[in-house]
Amino acid sequence: MKPLNGIIVLDFSQYLSGPSAALRLADLGARVIKIERPKSGDSSRRMCLHNLKNDGDSVLFQTINRNKESFCANLKSEDDLKLVKDLIKKSDVVIENFRPGVMKKMGLGYTEVSRINPRIIYGSVTGYGKTGPLNKKPGQDLLVQSMSGLAWLNGNDGQPPMPFPLSVADSYAGVHLAEGILACVFRRFRTGKGGYVEVSLLESILDLQFEVITTYLNDGRKAPKRSKINNAHAYLSAPYGIYKTKDGYIALAMGSILELADIFNSDKLKKYSNKEEWFTKRDEIKAVISDILLSNTTNHWLEMLERNNYWCADVYSWDKLMNSDAFKELKLLINVKRPNCKDLITTRCPITFDDKIEQSQKWAPRLGENTQQIIDEFKLGGRA
Amino acid sequence: MKPLEGIKILDFSQFLSGPSAALRLADLGAKVIKVEKPEQGDLCRSMYISNCYIDKDSSLFQAINRNKDGISIDLKNKDSKNILFDIIKEVDVVIVNFRPGVAKKLGIDYSSIKDINPLVIYGEITGYGKTGPWKSKPGQDLLVQSLSGITYLNCNKDQPPMPLGLSVADLFSGQHLVQGILAGLIKRESFHEGSYIHVSLLESIMDIQFEVFTTYLNDGHKTPERSEINNANAYISAPYGIYKTADGYIALAMVSIPHLGELIGCNELLSYTDETKWSTNRDEIKKIIANHLVTQTTSHWLSLLEPADVWCADVLTWDKLFSTEGFKSLDMLQEVVTPYGTKFYTTRCPITIDSEHYKSSKSAPVLGQDNKTYIKER
Repeated sequence: MKPLNGIIVLDFSQYLSGPSAALRLADLGARVIKIERPKSGDSSRRMCLHNLKNDGDSVLFQTINRNKESFCANLKSEDDLKLVKDLIKKSDVVIENFRPGVMKKMGLGYTEVSRINPRIIYGSVTGYGKTGPLNKKPGQDLLVQSMSGLAWLNGNDGQPPMPFPLSVADSYAGVHLAEGILACVFRRFRTGKGGYVEVSLLESILDLQFEVITTYLNDGRKAPKRSKINNAHAYLSAPYGIYKTKDGYIALAMGSILELADIFNSDKLKKYSNKEEWFTKRDEIKAVISDILLSNTTNHWLEMLERNNYWCADVYSWDKLMNSDAFKELKLLINVKRPNCKDLITTRCPITFDDKIEQSQKWAPRLGENTQQIIDEFKLGGRA
Repeated sequence: MKPLEGIKILDFSQFLSGPSAALRLADLGAKVIKVEKPEQGDLCRSMYISNCYIDKDSSLFQAINRNKDGISIDLKNKDSKNILFDIIKEVDVVIVNFRPGVAKKLGIDYSSIKDINPLVIYGEITGYGKTGPWKSKPGQDLLVQSLSGITYLNCNKDQPPMPLGLSVADLFSGQHLVQGILAGLIKRESFHEGSYIHVSLLESIMDIQFEVFTTYLNDGHKTPERSEINNANAYISAPYGIYKTADGYIALAMVSIPHLGELIGCNELLSYTDETKWSTNRDEIKKIIANHLVTQTTSHWLSLLEPADVWCADVLTWDKLFSTEGFKSLDMLQEVVTPYGTKFYTTRCPITIDSEHYKSSKSAPVLGQDNKTYIKER
């Protein structure tokens, strides 16, 4: 049994934030039905990375929407809306990520939906909250990152603000949405009542920064200062960062500069005996370490540092990682190809229950792939 | 009613990953009892971040461990183990993030705890999984990032592999653990059984990369190519990125290149009518855009692009953001008061339930502050 077996999720959302939350719920055992508009469906069906498509839909779409069903409905048509409302009566969770007000206009806002089904858990993702002056701004990941201060933590001092190279606002908001929904599903066992869960990309990306924002707020609101060389974390002292070696790179995490001085037998580093200076002279110390590490190979340094239990690691590309036995041991890859199509390899759910690695192979649905079957199964629109 | 009211959690974890999971569960209504070793406590208490302390603990520790109770117990002492077992019988959830094998040595691994409390939800975070050649490696965020390939996605092409500027592996694995634990609680209601949940920093950081890693896996394992300028995502076509203007910066997300050219008056862009070129000639196009945008102010460009519904934004510092009405209307900050009366500010739980923001002024525990409450005289 998977934890969410028996739970039905209707997912009206598009792109990444909402659909990635629905994906997690699906992997945890829920049955997820995507509600998509006829003809075009979820806009990310056409959104390609590297122009990569497979069987008519972008690989990106198929990555995010595996393990789901697709139900086509034109929410502006009375007939279709009635079918969807019938389906809501038989569901546990609704997810949406339209701009504020759009679901309400279609008669599918939280108030209306909870009138149809008082036990429903309704989850919304917005860009910047439901109200307030930003609520009409496009809730897009890069824009939210740019407004959140995050870009000033990444890259080296002297560079422009550098965004994180992934859609972390979308991903984190999706994670938070799944948490809120799960918490309310649990509460329903106790109270019998549904719930309304709201997250926004901006709140989620601020939460991602909560440790450093807390430091900023209580430390005289000093602007974060990225390292001039090999920045890794604007708030951590030397040696934290990735350094070039003679034949590659090496990562050094937090540790004592004096220990490092001993390991390297470096008089230059020994001078920094005052712990405070590991912050105040961070970049100067990192420059000394850079010179030392450049003089020999990654393996040489790893061996020396690991022998002394100093926190360090090689720096891998995906190619190298994939070839490592450690990666193979994780059994992270699954094949979710559609019937009679090319293989589609992706990663499984990162959460493991009772040591059983679940390798769902259910593919991302073609647009409307399950419409008729769902109408029949749930007897929607009074159909026998 | 907060969703997790009545749920009790015993948290043996340290640093960020496990404790941030426990923090979320606390904000959702659970009672969290943090277990620390006497004298030193969670190593994060003394972990330096920017030399900032609140009372005697680092700002980092205070941010991560607010809204929790705390007891101190020497897990290696036999008597204290009996005390602990009394508590374990009464909790719903246990969280650990030791290196593989340590929990077993201490007698608090899943099977030991399940013997005393069969319906327990046991959540464990490791660095690289419980088996395999890396299981004994230190599960530290930067090291995991470095092994995960993510550093080759970040910053510009001419730069070394650059880690992301926050502990994202810790943060995401903490939240994945929360998801697992919440699912475990649901499973207990539905099927009347406990659960053992495991996440690892490495699996979590691969999950953050799942979109682009999947592209790589299905596109002949081509090495990702960061942009030569203003990299924002190695896989997304021009103009995606943050650009310098005459007086600041502007972020541009996805938009048709000729349309952008028309709006900002850049004729060189008009000829890029073939969409596939926005990907294959990404850097060439981004350079044209960069040269053009630097000639005028951010507000000038925003005034041309926003009315046309182009996805763009100013690039703000925290100072600027926190002074906007948009930020204030989020009501995102809260005040926390320590047992010594010191006030500090932090962000609240980002999840809003039934239109309520979950805030709590309860601070992180002073080491061992609740021993009297939880450790009964024997």
